[in-house]
Amino acid sequence: MANPHRAEAIAGTLLALPAFILMWLMLLGPAVAVGLLSLTDWNFGEPRIGFAGLENYQELWDDRVFWISLRNTVIYVGVSVPATVLLGLLAAIAIEGAGRGRGFYRAAYFLPVASTLLAMALVWEFMFHPSVGFVNQVFRGLGLPTADWLQNPDTALFALAAIGVWQNLGLAMVLFMAGLKAIPPDLYEALAMDGADGAWERFRRVTWPMLGPALVFVVAITAIRSFQVFDTVQVLTEGGPSKSTEVLLFTMVQQGFTFLRSAYGAAITMVFLVLTLAITLAQTTILDRRAHYG
Amino acid sequence: MPGVALRGIQKSFGATAVLRDVTLVAEEGEFLAILGPSGCGKSTLLRILAGLETADAGEVLIGDRRVDSLPPKARDLAMVFQSYALYPYMTVGQNVALPLEMRRLSAWQRVPVLGRMISGAARRAIAADVAAVAAPLGLTPLLARKPAQLSGGQRQRVALARAMVRNPVAFLMDEPLSNLDARLRGEARAEIVALTRRLGVTALYVTHDQGEAMAMADRVAVMQGGRVLQHAAPQELYDEPASLEVARFVGSPPMNALAGHIGEDGAVVVSDARLPWHSTARGAVMLGVRPEGWVPAADGIPVVLERIEHLGAETLCHMAGGAVLRLSPEASRGLAVGQGLRLAVNRAVLFGPDGARLPLAAARREPAFG
Repeated sequence: MANPHRAEAIAGTLLALPAFILMWLMLLGPAVAVGLLSLTDWNFGEPRIGFAGLENYQELWDDRVFWISLRNTVIYVGVSVPATVLLGLLAAIAIEGAGRGRGFYRAAYFLPVASTLLAMALVWEFMFHPSVGFVNQVFRGLGLPTADWLQNPDTALFALAAIGVWQNLGLAMVLFMAGLKAIPPDLYEALAMDGADGAWERFRRVTWPMLGPALVFVVAITAIRSFQVFDTVQVLTEGGPSKSTEVLLFTMVQQGFTFLRSAYGAAITMVFLVLTLAITLAQTTILDRRAHYG
Repeated sequence: MPGVALRGIQKSFGATAVLRDVTLVAEEGEFLAILGPSGCGKSTLLRILAGLETADAGEVLIGDRRVDSLPPKARDLAMVFQSYALYPYMTVGQNVALPLEMRRLSAWQRVPVLGRMISGAARRAIAADVAAVAAPLGLTPLLARKPAQLSGGQRQRVALARAMVRNPVAFLMDEPLSNLDARLRGEARAEIVALTRRLGVTALYVTHDQGEAMAMADRVAVMQGGRVLQHAAPQELYDEPASLEVARFVGSPPMNALAGHIGEDGAVVVSDARLPWHSTARGAVMLGVRPEGWVPAADGIPVVLERIEHLGAETLCHMAGGAVLRLSPEASRGLAVGQGLRLAVNRAVLFGPDGARLPLAAARREPAFG
């Protein structure tokens, strides 16, 4: 007669097995494979593969382009994330406060998230066109200095960041709207009874602190999405001019797929993975620590 | 002088009329319970008084001052919400201090970090007041905790402390005990009554629990369908209900309503039994008898005993047809299910077919203890 606890344990393991296998196959496996690949000297198509230790990482450390790429990526994230979060929050509060057309505004703002950035890049290229582009026409109309935004090394990265904000704004907004909906109206009423009913006090005393968990999540998700910036760079600037828009994933694709240096590309991917993982860890830690209001 | 008064209040949400011409006055220092089933408009009435909702018509007065158009903060009322509505990200101390900070500190002094530097004395005074309110409620050791770390009863006391800390003109309470378990509810009842008595503050207390309303209030306003049906002291409400609706809502188990009629001679007849009760009214009536208002007797209304509940201190005998008789355990001894009884009526009130009170008099004095 089998021990019932043992039988239960076996059944449990069997039931968990498909999910366990799939998780390794689909999620963790590839990451481990890339990690292992980064320790080799393999080039795509070559029949020979050898262990190279940390040579790829050593090369990365000495590679000027990698450091430019990393720096650009961090600047891109540093500009686009705060702007996305701030504008997304403003949009969410404005739309939540609007009586009519809420559904329309929500859909309109979410459109860039759902659409293909590759196709939209055409429109942006036109928008940033030095002579006929909408951006310069507006700047000229306002008497502000104009530029060839995408071709000037000083502005190209920021122009791309602006497109990034445009793309992620809708996502931030939808997440903030969900957060706003979860705030019990009682709190605003209690606040009114306690003597605070101005817009600023309402925001500062209830909306902002109650949005804490949503804020952490929005920052993390937009940061991860910003780190992944690639398509606009590929289509609009190709990393130029003079490497001013060279970003991590662009460098990785160039090394791994254009130059077929698969192992070196894998090493760059590992750096990217570590950055993404760090954001995720920070997010879960912060949420665990402060977001349990109960 | 009236503590607070609502006159001719009307309110509709869309096509639904929630309040139909409600007038209600709470004297200064009075504990007024607003009792009614859910959806009767009692919470809306309280929210109109608080300024969280605007009436379509009518006046709101606090003291002698009309406040209809004033925002909540200018009305100087405090409210305890059913959910307590504590700020979850603030400590207990910060929760209780907020109403004082909003009133005593200037906008500059409330600026997050810098404000602290220019408001030291005022903040010390606030902290002292918070401590003074917290101590009798047993909240002193909890001041540094967040609401999520408190039990339901403790949260409820924090909500009370936040409401009373600035000595408001009146306390508004919206079902403040409905989230507590039965034992705590009993304690909290007594605590709230004692607090309001000590502060001498006018209190309006919304509840659907008639036991709560009767136990706590000086007077009870019974509401139904957006109207105040009766506004009276608890005992009067119980003994002299103004209508059948009130009679059925107040008291547990509710008053028995026995269909009957009044003959040409004015005698009340129920189930073919002529009762020693007379009325000047004629025709179909409802005789209202509290469960303890009738006793088994040699003659009276014929009933069949269907079910007996032994509750310890009393016994409830349920008759076929729904009537209930309340007896002492001694008096119920020997009764058996299925047995036929006759019940003599000691105390009763009479209602017309529309539920309105009708005059009723005992034909002859019956000794109270036969």
